Amino acid sequence: MSVVAHETDEELPAWSLPASAGESIHLPSVWPERVTREWALGGATGAGVRVCVLDSGIELDHPLIGEVQRSVAVVKEGDEIHVADDDSGDLCGHGTACAGIIRLLAPDCELTSVRVLGAGYTGSAPVLLAGLEWAIEEGFDIINMSLSTTKRQYVDRLHELADVAYFKRTMLIASAHNMPVESFPWRFASVVSVGSHESQDPFALYANPSPPVEFFARGLNVDVAWLGGGTINATGNSFATPHVAGFCALVLSKHPELTPFQLKSVLHLTATNVGGGT
Amino acid sequence: MSDLRAAVAAGVFGTDEAFRSLLQSTVETARAIFHAKASSVFLLDEEADELVFEAVAGEGADTLVGRRFPSSTGVAGWVLVTRQSLVVDDLTKDTRFSRDAAASTGYVPRGLMAVPLLAEEKALGVLEVLDRPAGIPFTLAEMDVLGLFANQAAIALDLLQRARRAQAALAGEGELAALSRFAARLEDAPEETRAAGLQLLAALEQLLR
Repeated sequence: MSVVAHETDEELPAWSLPASAGESIHLPSVWPERVTREWALGGATGAGVRVCVLDSGIELDHPLIGEVQRSVAVVKEGDEIHVADDDSGDLCGHGTACAGIIRLLAPDCELTSVRVLGAGYTGSAPVLLAGLEWAIEEGFDIINMSLSTTKRQYVDRLHELADVAYFKRTMLIASAHNMPVESFPWRFASVVSVGSHESQDPFALYANPSPPVEFFARGLNVDVAWLGGGTINATGNSFATPHVAGFCALVLSKHPELTPFQLKSVLHLTATNVGGGT
Repeated sequence: MSDLRAAVAAGVFGTDEAFRSLLQSTVETARAIFHAKASSVFLLDEEADELVFEAVAGEGADTLVGRRFPSSTGVAGWVLVTRQSLVVDDLTKDTRFSRDAAASTGYVPRGLMAVPLLAEEKALGVLEVLDRPAGIPFTLAEMDVLGLFANQAAIALDLLQRARRAQAALAGEGELAALSRFAARLEDAPEETRAAGLQLLAALEQLLR
C-alpha cells in the first residue's frame, strides 16, 4: 500500500489514493477566476518549449525558421526501421511550412524535425509510428502531426502511443480531415485535433462544440515558408495544426507545469468563441 | 469471394475501357468545376511503390498518362502518405519543384490542389487540380467540394482496381479463366444456346449447394 511508497524513494504506480494522502499530492492552484489570453500567453515567446515537427523534414537555414535544434529521419532498410540524424532538409516543403508557422507564433521555441516521409508509401505507416515513438521517448513538449493514417492494423498501436504521450506530458496536435474519412490519430481524445477556419488572424482559435474536430485555427490562404528560402500561399488543415502547436508553445513557455489535460482546457477557455480572444 | 464475383462481372463487362472513361470524365469535370487549366488522377502502384498518371484533362492530356514517379516525394506524395488535402499557390517560387515538373511533365503549374483518394482504409491515389484562376481567393467551401469530388473519384478508382485484379485472375490459364470464357461465350451466344447454358449453370449451382 501507500505506506511502502512513503518509506522508500521508489516510485510506485498510483493506482489508488488513501484518505490520508490527499495532502501529500497537493497541487498548487494557479488558475485565475477567469482564464484569459493575457494570463495564458501574454508576454510569452515559446522559450524553453521543445516542439517536434513530424513531417517531410525542415529546410536547413530557412530565414523564416532559423535554428533547427536537431533533424532526424526515420529510415527503412528492408524490414528494419531506425532513426538517424539527417541533413537532407525537406522533401516537399510541407514540414518547412509547419515549422515556419510555429516559429512565427512562438519565436523562441526549440524546433526539431523528424522526417517520416520518403520511405515510400508502403512503409509509410510503420515509419510514422516509429517517428512518433521516437519523439515521445525524446520527451518533447509538443508534437505537430499534420498527418494521419487510414490503415486499421496500425490504429491500436497509434492509440496506445497517443495515450503514452498524453501521460508523459507530450501534447500531440493532429490535423483533422475535411472529408468524411476514418483516419487517425486526430480522432483520439488524447490528442488535440485541428480543422481550419477562414479568418486571417493567426491567433483566432475556435473551440468546436461538435467533436471529433476539437479546434479550428487559421488554415486558409496562409503565407508559409517553403523550399528555396521563400514563401508560398497555402491552404489546408495541415497548416491550421501548427498554429495550434505554436499557440500551445506560448502557453507552455509561460506555464510549464500544465499537463496536456490542462493545456487543452486552456485552449478551450481562451478560444475566440469562448470569450478568450481578448 | 468478392473478387470471384467481380471477376465474373469483369468477364462480362470488359471493364477497363469503361472505367477509364469514368476516370477521364472525373478529371474533365474537376477541371471544369474549378475553372482550372488541368486535372489529373494518379493511381498508386503498390508493387512498384510509385504513383502513375491514370487520367489527365487539359495540359498534358496527350503525354502524361502512364508516367510514373516515386510514391512519397513531392506534393502528391505528401498528400498520399499523410492522407491530407493540400492547396498551394506560387509554386513557381519553388525552384526545385519547377525544375522537376518541367523535366518530368513539361508543364510547370503556378498552383495546385491535391486531395487523397481514399476507399475505406486504402489510399488509392491522388486527385490534382492545377492552376485554378489566378487572383480569386481560395475558400474552404471549395476545399469541401474538392473532398466530395475526391470521394467520387476514389470510388471509380476502386472499381478500376478491382476490375484489373479480376481480369488478372481471369487471364490466361488461371483457375478462374474458364469462368471468364464461359461468361463471354454466354454473352455472345444465340438466344437458344444461351438459355441452355443458363439452365446448365442453374443445374451446376444446384449440384454445388
